[in-house]
Amino acid sequence: MAFETIGFYVLAALAIIASVGVIGQRNPIYSVMSLIGSFGALAGLYILLDSPFTAVTQIIVYAGAIMVLFLFVVMLLNVPREDAAEWDRSHPLNRPGARRFGAVLAVFLLLELGWAVWHASTREAVALNTVSAGGVSSVAAIGRSIFTDYSFQFEATSILILVAMVGAVVLARKEPQ
Amino acid sequence: MDVTLNHYLVLSAMLFAIGTAGVFLRRNVITLLLSIEIMLNAVNLTFVAAGRHFAAVDGQVIVFFVMTVAAAEAAVGLAIVIALFRHRESLNPEAFTSLKW
Amino acid sequence: MDPVLLVQIALVVVVFHALLLSAAGMVWAERKVAARLQQRFGPTLTGPAGLLQPFADVFKLFFKEELKPKAADSVLFYLAPIISATTAFLAFCVVPFGPPTTLFGLLDRPVMLTVADVNVAVLVIFAVASMGVYGIVLAGWSSNNKYSLLGGLRASAQMISYELSYGTALAAVLLLGNSMSLVDLVNAQSGYWFGFIPKWFVFLQPVGFFIFMTAGIAETNRAPFDFPEAEQELVAGYHTEYSSMSFALFFLAEYVNMVTVSAVATNLYLGGWHGPLLPPWLGILWWFAKLSVLLFFYLWLRWTLPRYRYDTLMQFGWKFLLPLSILNLLATAAGVLYFGL
Repeated sequence: MAFETIGFYVLAALAIIASVGVIGQRNPIYSVMSLIGSFGALAGLYILLDSPFTAVTQIIVYAGAIMVLFLFVVMLLNVPREDAAEWDRSHPLNRPGARRFGAVLAVFLLLELGWAVWHASTREAVALNTVSAGGVSSVAAIGRSIFTDYSFQFEATSILILVAMVGAVVLARKEPQ
Repeated sequence: MDVTLNHYLVLSAMLFAIGTAGVFLRRNVITLLLSIEIMLNAVNLTFVAAGRHFAAVDGQVIVFFVMTVAAAEAAVGLAIVIALFRHRESLNPEAFTSLKW
Repeated sequence: MDPVLLVQIALVVVVFHALLLSAAGMVWAERKVAARLQQRFGPTLTGPAGLLQPFADVFKLFFKEELKPKAADSVLFYLAPIISATTAFLAFCVVPFGPPTTLFGLLDRPVMLTVADVNVAVLVIFAVASMGVYGIVLAGWSSNNKYSLLGGLRASAQMISYELSYGTALAAVLLLGNSMSLVDLVNAQSGYWFGFIPKWFVFLQPVGFFIFMTAGIAETNRAPFDFPEAEQELVAGYHTEYSSMSFALFFLAEYVNMVTVSAVATNLYLGGWHGPLLPPWLGILWWFAKLSVLLFFYLWLRWTLPRYRYDTLMQFGWKFLLPLSILNLLATAAGVLYFGL
């Protein structure tokens, strides 16, 4: 088996297990660490897809900055572990009728996903184009595209970040007595 | 079997489903925000895979912008969580239902 | 087996052990330099001129009892030093330390003297530095000790604040060098102006060099920015509760981070392995010489300057260093456009 195939399956399994870990863990710090693991697996997948810049940006921005922010908030708020009482018995989604309906929907979703996978594998494989490494993925090409075709979006996102920074500082401020 | 675009799309769909399940099932606002990040990452994976498939650099450019927006959204979302926690001392979304009719 | 592949695998082993030895050497050098600056001798009994002192230290740490507070979170408590040490070693993997060599003609194609020759090497170093924050903040949290938690949070806030200036200073160098690969950036510094001034980026970017070194010292939590480990104020900060090998791993991570920051600064600003008088294949000696100068500078600073207080430290990072680095970037961009460098 080719290296890319093994790499894809290993990284995909890691990403899925880590994501299930995020939503399945009780301790919120473990959830955050699982998500960091998931981001690492996704960065590996981006490298397999010939996008080293996106992979490194994912680690810098997502795993290195956003997750640190989450970790700080979890630590400062001293978020406790959730216990089994989180499944509030009186919640409308937990009544038996709703549960059966939800289970039926989940079965349909799984059948559909299985059909999509089976259908995709029997069709002619839509191969990933084999382009040379310096072609699509070079940082220079991304930079050129951002600053010419997408320059308006670039400026808009810089204003967005400014607004978000100011908003976050204002929202999290203690009320002046 | 070679890895094709379909593999990446199925993986992305599964990650998106896991994220959605997390949003619906968890009773903790921070885990809610984490599940939203999982969904955004699934979409990023789709963009990069599609960009590679069509040999266009646009996929990565869009992912760049999605990451930026996700950072801004996480920052503001967490600030709101801190403000809510100060008000109500609880991180359960059930505690903030005063706008429901 | 392809001989080039064998050499590359051997390089991994060599670099790993060289980093371990360099950490040991830094321990010795620190004690000697500190001693001499304070007009005393330092270790002289363990081996000639105290050279075996770091090995004695490791030996002692190895045999100490491994303690863990009962209420500490065991998974995260042991994961934190592992993350610190791993990211420290990982960052050095993309740093080249010599010109491409064919081992005197034994190999048919030249192999780059680095563990991994990636073409976004600069970004990889930045990414791994961002991951190094987790070792510290998790150590602070999982120790279940308020001094550790404060130390951990302050250290990580300091590290992420100075990463901004670090990255902006890096961006200015990228403008000059037109590539993100460290090998290309070093090769862009070969040659001389007017025949005798080497084309190092430090002459084009003195402010950038100052910003990079300052941010690097703050990133590695060394004096004068070592408030997180301040012995007088916070017991020992985030590694209060650690003993024996976990503590040794934090220690190791700090010294290897110092070596990595100095190595990256050597490659980016001081011309890497280019130097006069020696033939090109001996460039690695020049690289070591420049690295040693920067590391001595690190040690010299620690025992000369007083420590910054935490709020002045954060003010310095955000209100002085970051605007200065942005101005540096703008000035470099203007210079590149106007002079066509």
